[in-house]
Amino acid sequence: MSQATEPLLRVRDLEIAFKVRGGEVLANRGVSLDVAAGETLGLVGESGSGKSVLCRAILRLLPSPPARTKRGRVLFDGTDLVTLPEARLREIRGTDIAMVFQNPMTSLSPVWPIGDQVTEGLRIHRGMNRIEARERGIALLQSIGIPEAARRYDDHPWQWSGGMLQRAVIAMAMACSPRLLLADEPTTALDVTIQEQILALLTDLQARSGMAMVLVSHDIGVVAETCDRIAVMYAGMLVETGPAAEVFGRPRHPYTLGLMRSSPRMDEHAERLQPIPGQPPDLAKLAAGCPFVDRCAFAREDCRHAPVALREVAQGHASACLFPEAVR
Amino acid sequence: MWVFRFVGLRLVQAVPVLLGISLVAFLAIHLVPGDPVRIMLQGRASDAAVAEIYARLGMDRPLLVQYARFVGRAVTGDLGTSIIQRAPVATIVGERLVPSSFLLVYATLLSVLIAVPLAVWAAARRNRLADHLIRLGGTVSFAMPSFWIGLILILGFGLTLKWFPIAGFGRGFGGHLHHLFLPALTIALFLAPLLIQSLRAAMLDAMTAEHVEVARAKGLSESRILFKYVLRAASIPVVTILAVNIGWLVSGSVIVESVFSVAGLGMLLVHAVSTRDYPVIQGLTLVFAVMVIGTNLLADLAYALIDKRVRAE
Repeated sequence: MSQATEPLLRVRDLEIAFKVRGGEVLANRGVSLDVAAGETLGLVGESGSGKSVLCRAILRLLPSPPARTKRGRVLFDGTDLVTLPEARLREIRGTDIAMVFQNPMTSLSPVWPIGDQVTEGLRIHRGMNRIEARERGIALLQSIGIPEAARRYDDHPWQWSGGMLQRAVIAMAMACSPRLLLADEPTTALDVTIQEQILALLTDLQARSGMAMVLVSHDIGVVAETCDRIAVMYAGMLVETGPAAEVFGRPRHPYTLGLMRSSPRMDEHAERLQPIPGQPPDLAKLAAGCPFVDRCAFAREDCRHAPVALREVAQGHASACLFPEAVR
Repeated sequence: MWVFRFVGLRLVQAVPVLLGISLVAFLAIHLVPGDPVRIMLQGRASDAAVAEIYARLGMDRPLLVQYARFVGRAVTGDLGTSIIQRAPVATIVGERLVPSSFLLVYATLLSVLIAVPLAVWAAARRNRLADHLIRLGGTVSFAMPSFWIGLILILGFGLTLKWFPIAGFGRGFGGHLHHLFLPALTIALFLAPLLIQSLRAAMLDAMTAEHVEVARAKGLSESRILFKYVLRAASIPVVTILAVNIGWLVSGSVIVESVFSVAGLGMLLVHAVSTRDYPVIQGLTLVFAVMVIGTNLLADLAYALIDKRVRAE
């Protein structure tokens, strides 16, 4: 494995369609992105921009029908997950790639003990018996900040708070030492005070294990704190990607700028927050041209017609805006 | 142990229910229009004979005294004496209780054995051919009246193939199993479609739960997800359906009992009602009530076994 040159995850031109009454809606429209080993990619965008769909599509978790991968490849360590047989894919799920979901309260089955669910991957993938798995599971829960883990191993999910459950869910994802963690809005359902703890835990785990992480959030502040690189999604497309410092220091897409100006943490000097006007477009009725055009302060006539695609604006920094220099 | 506490609590809660039912059963005689004793004797009785029966049954005393005596005796197992059969109601009911309970348990087990695999199969292959066939078969089987299914089974497995007896209760456990197979199957062919429908729907619902997606992301196989997570979560509504229907079948299996000449409680009830044998009707009402309460208790226990949250309450 040539770590230096080859990214761990390469998504290429991924197009995900959902069947709806009377046709199809594209939830991902030609998404391409790389995640290098050990790096943290922040995936931001409004609700419905396709972030969660992208995460689930990587692990092929979308129910089909209605979802369908129309085009594209998801290369993990050189293996195309889109065409991989189900049995091979199952060996990758939970071992090489793990996922943490938004709502810890519903991420665990209410009828089985927490510890049993946390260590299930170890028993399935690593062939551990219950005793070995229990031992490892207790250590895992301890390392993730659960006090009295041995006593609480057999608790049921309803006995734990949301923050503790999210820790358990993270422990479950970490059980088989994944190389890539997909964290889909892992802090959204939690109290603000707990959010910080969970984020700190995730970054700490990443530093210790050296895994790569895709951190999905609609909160640009969350992503700015923790991520090496940023990918901004809008209407099923990536509209800007680049190193975090670059993207937030000098955004080259008006949507990124809009997100920053509407976020309280990002622009502390601003006297008042500026919301992005309008609503995201209806994905079923997208016309040619830039999908952001109707909400954009910099829009010109060309934006309505010219096809948009990510183009490099600086080293490692790409924008899908036709006039990236105008954005400021 | 949580089981004792759980069962004890439920039994205490059952006392007022039983008292209420006993009151209704007791009052049944007095709520029926006309003189109950004359109706029982079908009008061919002298005033002296009527008065004698009134005195014998204690019906000449105030209602409250009668009710207290009724409850007091019922608690000790004395349900009075049948007017028609001139034997203790407890003995008559007791004799009929065994075949009826046997049939009920047998039919329930058979229904579950039929329903669970088919429901799992239908849910796993939803909207494919197997699913459609199972649902269609269930609807047909459910729509056919019990007496008709019973007759068809008698004709096919009893008279033509001669695999199973077509009437009676048989001797010994094996004999009971053999004799009651066709009646139990008749009930199961009515009950199983209900279970299939509800279990399939509950499973499809449970499959959309987020923890199922999480389990899939862990790399679990579909069959493990189905049996460990989906089936378990889906079984709770099915236990409810099962409990309600068993409660109904306690007295509702009369058609099956008469088609297969099983001397059970259902037949006894019909006979008692048609001859206005009020002590028997009262006794049966209490026995049915106890059986329904017992069924609900078992259902509650099942909930607690499936989902520990119920125990914590």
